[in-house]
Amino acid sequence: MVLSLVSISVVAAVALAGVFLLTSSRIESEKQKKQQQAIMDVLPQKGAGAEIAAPEQVGEVTIYRATKDGKEIGAAVEVSEMGFGGLQKIMVGFDPEGKIIDYAILDQQETPGLGDHIVDWFKNADKPGQNIIGRKAGEFKVSKDGGDVDAITAATISSKAFLRAINKAYKAYMGDADAHSGASKQQHAEPAEAEEHHCQGHHGEGHQCSGHCQHGEGHKCQGHCSHHAQENQSGKEADHE
Amino acid sequence: MSNNLKTLTNGILRENPTFALVLGMCPTLATTTSAMNGMSMGLATLFVLVCSNVVISLLKNLIPDKVRIPAFIVVIATFVTLVQLLLQAYVPVVYDKLGLFIPLIVVNCIVLGRAEAFAAKNSVGLSALDGLGMGLGFTLSLTVIGMIRELLGTGAVFGLHIYNDHYASLIFVLAPGAFIALAYLMAIMNKIVKK
Amino acid sequence: MEYFLIFIAAIFVNNIVLSQFLGICPFLGVSKKIDTALGMSAAVTFVLVLATVVTYLLQKLLILWHVEFLQTILFILVIAALVQMIEIVLKKISPSLYQALGVFLPLITTNCCILGVAIIVADPAQLLQKLPGDALQANLLTGTLFAFATAIGFALALVLFAGIREQLSMSRVPKAMEGTPIALLTAGLLAMAFMGFSGVVG
Repeated sequence: MVLSLVSISVVAAVALAGVFLLTSSRIESEKQKKQQQAIMDVLPQKGAGAEIAAPEQVGEVTIYRATKDGKEIGAAVEVSEMGFGGLQKIMVGFDPEGKIIDYAILDQQETPGLGDHIVDWFKNADKPGQNIIGRKAGEFKVSKDGGDVDAITAATISSKAFLRAINKAYKAYMGDADAHSGASKQQHAEPAEAEEHHCQGHHGEGHQCSGHCQHGEGHKCQGHCSHHAQENQSGKEADHE
Repeated sequence: MSNNLKTLTNGILRENPTFALVLGMCPTLATTTSAMNGMSMGLATLFVLVCSNVVISLLKNLIPDKVRIPAFIVVIATFVTLVQLLLQAYVPVVYDKLGLFIPLIVVNCIVLGRAEAFAAKNSVGLSALDGLGMGLGFTLSLTVIGMIRELLGTGAVFGLHIYNDHYASLIFVLAPGAFIALAYLMAIMNKIVKK
Repeated sequence: MEYFLIFIAAIFVNNIVLSQFLGICPFLGVSKKIDTALGMSAAVTFVLVLATVVTYLLQKLLILWHVEFLQTILFILVIAALVQMIEIVLKKISPSLYQALGVFLPLITTNCCILGVAIIVADPAQLLQKLPGDALQANLLTGTLFAFATAIGFALALVLFAGIREQLSMSRVPKAMEGTPIALLTAGLLAMAFMGFSGVVG
């Protein structure tokens, strides 16, 4: 009785091990292909003739720099952010000036029919209010929060998360680009600088931030600013309306 | 011949797993957000159903009665894992969409139910046909539910736009819509069948 | 506080039955009376927490031996064995509890919320998505709490639903809607009510 059960299990396990060995390399390559495809898709001219450098890790953001004939043509940046239904994994392409070329969603668990519109909502060339292609990131906010990007109808949380991710990618990329060109700031301080800019631009948040900024010295202050801006983005929704 | 045909069509109409037997409700409700998702889930289940029915029918005389259920579960789980690996390798898009519900085919009552009620008592050929019929019935119901939910919720079927999605009511794609759409479909089926 | 939020998130926001669609079979099957609903809930809570802890530890072994593909087989067998063991042990040490829960135990093996939660908790990435806020880590403690909270969510949905169905059984329902359709419709309305909680815990 036990023998037959054990033998069935053993046969099953061996069979599965065989299938696993047969498929594992393909599963791995399929995953890589998907990522490689996403990188290419978001680069200029779909990455034609581009050479992709080894990935760079800036915090939790991964940057794939692309060069063509020795000249930098931009980068694909992989970034993730907590959305409404789960993690949004996004690949976004920037040209050297930080303008968005294109983006691709690698993974998302947003509500079908609502939040999952992030896949193409923000690259609709017919609707300038929601299109982010060709624009500079860093300060994207949904119109509800005083920004100028139209959120997906009835999916504000997913939209905000998406824009947060794009902003994060931009800062990591531009901060890193400056560091490369020999700018004096430290890497981790760079993203904060971009946020500081944004703090002063908007009234509601500017107040709080500048108050904080007076305390600490350079680096820390910027850190505070970015922190607050983030909190406001998610928490202060009601105040704005 | 007519017996074979009867076995095959049994699962599609008279004993449709979803509408008549009311089995496998979890994937039915969870994966029918679109026609495509529903169909993928149905086909994955169909594969497991046919394979496990065949193997269990082959092994039916070798398995002692007392460990019948655990043995069936091992066979079913093996094929489910097989589907998992194959989907990941060849159609990762589908695997990403269905996610958790692929391994959960193991606990889909239809699969174990058919193993116990049919495959353990019938010949290999008939068991395969039964699995095929049941699987097709399940796939068909899931596709229809998916189509209706997608049409009402997003104005499209299989991603093909039928009408402007401004007039669509999103609730049908969300959780409550799953229950409500299935409730009315089942009521309609009751009305038709009982007449 | 974060630990408390796990409960809010799992019970109300992502209710296992009404928004995750796991455990629908017992939800529809054993919800005609509040008493049986309570019994089933207790049995599920017991098995769910125990199974989650055991499978969480077993997953570590699977990873150690690089045989993650055996997860489905191993988990379902462990759950089936666990249910059997609980049945035997309960029969020996607490016949009264066995009387109360015994009938539900065999049904639990094929309750997909047990296997579903076990798979979620065993994968840190998936568990992390279910935990509210950024402060929590995916580990045995949060996994167990999540399993427990999920079970409570299941119990709440089941008991609420049973309460409604007790009332419903006395009202007149169109012939074609009798039985499962009206139950599903009620569940849909209940799910709609639970949708009101979405966004409460981010």
